Amino acid sequence: MILNRRRFIGTGIATGALLSAPTVWGQTKAKVVVIGGGAGGATVARYLAKDGGDALDVTLIEANPIYTTCFFSNLYLGGFREFESLQHGYDKVAAGGVTVVTDMATAVDRAARTVTLAGGQVLPYDCLVLSPGIDFKDGSVPGWSVEAAEIMPHAYKAGPQTQLLKKMVEEMPQGGTFAMVAPPNPYRCPPGPYERISMVAHLLKQKNPTAKILVLDPKDKYSKQALFEEGWAKHYDGMVSWVGPEFGGGAVEVRPDTMEVIVDGEAQKVDVCNVIPGQMAGKIAALAGVTDDSGWAPVHPDSMKAKADGNVYVLGDSSAQGDMPKSAFSANSQAKVAAMSIRGELTGSRVFPAKYSNTCWSLIAPEDGVKVGASYEPTPEKIASVESFISATGEDAALRKATYEESLGWYAGITADIFG
Amino acid sequence: MARMGSDGLTWTLETLDAYVENPKALVSGTRMNYRGMADAQARGALIAYLREWSDKPQNIPESEPTARKTDPDLDPAVLGIVGDAEYGEYLSSECSTCHQRDGSDQGIPSITQWPEEDFVVAMHAYKKKLRPHPVMQMMAGRLSNDEIAALAAYFATLE
Ligand SMILES: Cc1cc2nc3c(=O)[nH]c(=O)nc-3n(C[C@H](O)[C@H](O)[C@H](O)COP(=O)(O)OP(=O)(O)OC[C@H]3O[C@@H](n4cnc5c(N)ncnc54)[C@H](O)[C@@H]3O)c2cc1C
Ligand code: HEC
Repeated sequence: MILNRRRFIGTGIATGALLSAPTVWGQTKAKVVVIGGGAGGATVARYLAKDGGDALDVTLIEANPIYTTCFFSNLYLGGFREFESLQHGYDKVAAGGVTVVTDMATAVDRAARTVTLAGGQVLPYDCLVLSPGIDFKDGSVPGWSVEAAEIMPHAYKAGPQTQLLKKMVEEMPQGGTFAMVAPPNPYRCPPGPYERISMVAHLLKQKNPTAKILVLDPKDKYSKQALFEEGWAKHYDGMVSWVGPEFGGGAVEVRPDTMEVIVDGEAQKVDVCNVIPGQMAGKIAALAGVTDDSGWAPVHPDSMKAKADGNVYVLGDSSAQGDMPKSAFSANSQAKVAAMSIRGELTGSRVFPAKYSNTCWSLIAPEDGVKVGASYEPTPEKIASVESFISATGEDAALRKATYEESLGWYAGITADIFG
Repeated sequence: MARMGSDGLTWTLETLDAYVENPKALVSGTRMNYRGMADAQARGALIAYLREWSDKPQNIPESEPTARKTDPDLDPAVLGIVGDAEYGEYLSSECSTCHQRDGSDQGIPSITQWPEEDFVVAMHAYKKKLRPHPVMQMMAGRLSNDEIAALAAYFATLE
């Protein structure tokens, strides 16, 4: 069942009764409310409804009727995917027994165990799962604000921002400059900004070969660095300049009205500026009071349960769990552990040891794919990395192609796992 | 098989012998009907034949056929473990991020409805790093014998 705001109100008495007086409906069904229908939230909702359907009443609250994946959005920028191929609806999630509500959650009352929606409804829960992704930190890049994103896009929440950035790159003047202000740690998808640089370079190489790419980075090293540097030298020789903190990459200011970036006190005019600001847990996590000073929500490593509240779980990017990178793969992996834990608590089903894993593929050029991955297990302090692997520099073309093809298989697999 | 070469699998007498005995032990996505040659002597003969065509022939180890390595060297007790399919279902949730439950293959091979024994052999081959794929070596590497049996039991029945 998918309910948008109007239908939600329109279903009238029946829905009202369900929400305010759950006992009328046969007492025993425990209520799980999930906020955020992305990699973590849609997965946990589907797994709970699939395995606990008779005993659990699962509601998913998602602001948008269609989800656009950030993962593979860089491949769209590079011209390797259609935008529509990134988009997924919730029909199959609903068909799997989840009540999908298209609305924004605006408040959580943990004492009363209720969630309030923008439309005014108040939903009671026995267990709440938060998987709201990220929001941007105010003031992280001086001169930039969310309002400036129409001029200097972040494209770090996929959708119209991604399309805007692609249009800007395609319309860049010949020989122009593309600048990226890269984010400080921690942020979603550690190799994401650098895969994006590769894809922009690929596009420019064909349409605008004298263009320049400038990466301004507050970090002195980054994910898969050796692999990206090797790939940029091989495929896009001389096009990409990376400026680390030593040369001012960490103290960048932007001026959207004049399209300038100020590095080390010196202003430079650029043609496209992709600002990826510092990040924090999706705002609803802070409103629910489960985040700490870091801006992320600490969780127990063996279950993904919030340290602040035993009735609340936090998944994916918003959680502070230890060694796992903020990725769709991680969020999906954490969702399965959480689903198992929630079922165990609410229905008494068997509880198994938590196991987590992650793999992140990046495309550097056509058929030149690389990957990094690890497996993880809970320790008392954190989710800790157990074993890891990374592609090597100097691998042959056949292996890089196989790695790319594998990433296509992964995208098909994970989106089927998340959305049905 | 070419896919394997690029992955870092080197064909030695040992891996070739293991492959001829049971292709599932070593190479993924083999849609071939050839189910392997169980008889060690027949394998020895085939390898000896292939060796004649090699430009760099190696000596065939002088060992009793029965002492020959039949990778991944599974104790019959390991093959005999009865898998806990319910545990397997939970463990399988980690696999379905890449391997689709409906068995479709869009770049990553299907692993549904395999005979349990083939599944167990393939997983142990990754665990022992006889099969070279880094993702699967890592996934299998941390699974116990019981967990592999549980997964085999679950996936064998998945519609
Ligand atoms: C360019 C880029 C490339 C990437 N590439 C990869 C990759 O190759 N592999 C990989 O594994 N990961 C990749 N990622 C990371 C991945 O997209 C995220 O880590 C993942 O989506 C996190 O899942 P989540 O469930 O935490 O949040 P999200 O998937 O962002 O889902 C959050 C959802 O919650 C909704 N929401 C938020 N607040 C509310 C509210 N109050 N009420 C209702 N709904 C709300 C949002 O609309 C959103 O749909 C990439 C990210 C980027 C930006
Ligand atoms: C990160 C993606 C990923 C995950 C997660 C994953 N696999 Fe795999 N799997 C692959 C790839 C890629 C291959 C092909 C490897 C090769 O070429 O040897 C493969 C191959 C296999 C094979 C051999 C298939 C064949 O045709 O020979 C089996 C069996 C298998 N996986 C089982 C599993 C099980 C069980 C799990 C969960 C515990 C799992 N995999 C998790 C990516 C994955």
